Amino acid sequence: MCHAVPAQVTAVLPDDMAQVDLSGAKKTVSTALVGPVTLDDFLLVHVGYALGRVDPEEAQATLAALQEIGAAQ
Amino acid sequence: MKYVEDYRDATIARQIADQIRAEARPDRSYRLMEFCGGHTHAIFRYGVTDLLPPNVRMIHGPGCPVCVLPIGRLDMAIDLAKTHGVTLCTYGDMLRVPGSRKQSLLKARAEGADIRMVASTLDALELARANPEKQVVFFAIGFETTTPPTAVALKQAKAMGLENFSVFCNHVLTPAAISNILEAPEIRAMEAVEIDGFLGPAHVSVVIGAQPYEYFAEEFAKPVVIAGFEPLDVMQSILMLIRQINDGRAEVENQYIRAVTRHGNETAKAMVAEVFELARSFEWRSLGDVPYSAFRIRDAYAEFDAEKRFAMNQGRPMENKACDCPKILRGAAIPTDCKLFGKQCTPQTPLGSCMVSDEGACAAYYKYGRRRAAPQHLEAAE
Repeated sequence: MCHAVPAQVTAVLPDDMAQVDLSGAKKTVSTALVGPVTLDDFLLVHVGYALGRVDPEEAQATLAALQEIGAAQ
Repeated sequence: MKYVEDYRDATIARQIADQIRAEARPDRSYRLMEFCGGHTHAIFRYGVTDLLPPNVRMIHGPGCPVCVLPIGRLDMAIDLAKTHGVTLCTYGDMLRVPGSRKQSLLKARAEGADIRMVASTLDALELARANPEKQVVFFAIGFETTTPPTAVALKQAKAMGLENFSVFCNHVLTPAAISNILEAPEIRAMEAVEIDGFLGPAHVSVVIGAQPYEYFAEEFAKPVVIAGFEPLDVMQSILMLIRQINDGRAEVENQYIRAVTRHGNETAKAMVAEVFELARSFEWRSLGDVPYSAFRIRDAYAEFDAEKRFAMNQGRPMENKACDCPKILRGAAIPTDCKLFGKQCTPQTPLGSCMVSDEGACAAYYKYGRRRAAPQHLEAAE
């Protein structure tokens, strides 16, 4: 019930809506909770709403940190 | 899927596991509670417990909204659908949860009540718009993740003047529940649930941010690491907790930096604050009455409050006495301790809420083959 999934914006629609790509499936979701979105943004989607965004730089920083733990062995 | 598979790499997981083994001191234990059922699920699905040394133990918390909803509130929803002739909409998770006297929403539907599964509050609004002759009630449950979508629906209903739409509100709050677990003296005295640190929720924190956890990290001197839901997120967060405990620190750290900020989603929080206010107290299954732990609908939206629109009847809630869900939800027992687990109670024939919901600890144990063995001693796969 609290598991949102990352989905990429494929079209910005009127009335705070957007079409997103969810593992290949196209789905229309509300963006009322995250404010304006642009094409290719990654949103965290849950029960038909975008609840948040994925920050690509921070995502990369986490991956780098994970690899660093491995490299420290 | 981008931002998902990247965080499931088995080689890196083993390397982090080696690091955890290297840093966890053999002369002490680490009892870490993952509050959120999404983490419980990830931990079992990816076999995280098998990668941890025996002195690092995960304790499963009450973060499963279906599991903590008191049976009386479910009885009220069933009664509403059966006796008031409304169209009751809810998320799929609720349909099979057993209420009192072997009732459930699914059984009520089989008996003729109009009960619909919806994937979004938008679907419930659309049902109300398309069927003006029907009273449509959204049975709202969930933590801070599902609350903002309910707030949006209430705002839209008001803007559209949808007189046949209302919400039966059961939205609950994570930080209040964690504080309750830490401070309830009767629970501690009775069951001595000692917890050394918390894995904080992922998507709840996307909404509320990291800041609300600072209070109890300081007040109770317990470290908190907000963790993403993928297995590498969980492993890294466990390592971060072990480091805090070893250093004697009790801070709020954020592993899930790609989605969680200190203050969370301000737009969502503002919408929630406009529509809801804190209820003085709310009953949690397993924790009892927890002060300021749930939302109620503000007076400005009272006309959309199902509890004000209909004479809702709680009846006499009856718990199944043999079911250990309450203890499991407090972290005081594990699913295999329950006499019903895997025998009378399975995902096909659930007797307790922890077996019904995908996020429930019993469902996770059953689904991933931990049917008899304790979590540290895995039996051969069936």
